[in-house]
Amino acid sequence: MDSLLFLIFAAITVICAINLVVQTHPISSALSLIGVMGSLAVLYLLLGGEFIAAAQLVVYAGAIMVLFVFVIMLLNAGGERKKPRRLWPRYAGIPLLFLFLALMGYVGNRVLPPSGDVTFGSFVGGSAQEIGKRLFTVYLLPFEVTSVLILIAIVGAIVLARKEID
Amino acid sequence: MPLPPLPFPPTPPLTWYLALSAILFALGVAGFLFRRNIITVFMSIELMLNAVNLSFITFSYKLKQNDGHIFSFFVMVVAAAEAAVGLAIILTVFKNRQTLEIDEVSSLKN
Repeated sequence: MDSLLFLIFAAITVICAINLVVQTHPISSALSLIGVMGSLAVLYLLLGGEFIAAAQLVVYAGAIMVLFVFVIMLLNAGGERKKPRRLWPRYAGIPLLFLFLALMGYVGNRVLPPSGDVTFGSFVGGSAQEIGKRLFTVYLLPFEVTSVLILIAIVGAIVLARKEID
Repeated sequence: MPLPPLPFPPTPPLTWYLALSAILFALGVAGFLFRRNIITVFMSIELMLNAVNLSFITFSYKLKQNDGHIFSFFVMVVAAAEAAVGLAIILTVFKNRQTLEIDEVSSLKN
């Protein structure tokens, strides 16, 4: 059952990711990315990350992707124009990609020690309570620094995107 | 009537999650390198960040600690900040040049 859920949502994730890369119109890519994020949230749930799954849906699929879609609509972005590619990426790109995947698969299967299976519900440290405890004790300083980062990002976004007022 | 045996183990091994993470990261790199629209390139970066998050949470499951969850929470926060600033930069680029093709935004070249 766990495997079935994993395979279904992993297939959705990979298909949406391939669609993201293949589509030329940015709005299609954005919708595929929402699919990727939604199914990744299910995988996080299978791994016991309740809080992270919720945050994934709210922050990524909700806030960030709305921002993307909003900017795409605002700029009225069209599809890409076809242009001839240089020679070596066309013929070397895909084989190198598979080489990278094979390397990762080798490391995952041979170099790492045998890892065991993932059973749903055997890890309960991902609830909001546990995350909150850890976040506000051990990781308190990084959490507070994050607020400064977000403040800087807000100011930066406003300064970059404002209209010049004379 | 008993169901026929499944062609895969009943619970997924941890390496499947890591393999999925690697596949997503590779697709993100491919999109980053192949696409010419700034916004699609930016979304490929988000895809790579998501792949890394999946790795973090997988290892967090393996080690039975929730530090990986907190790391990926911080990754999400940084991604949100990055998206806000990056999209503001894209807006400015479009306002000044009326284009979203990365090949045409090349004034730093030469």
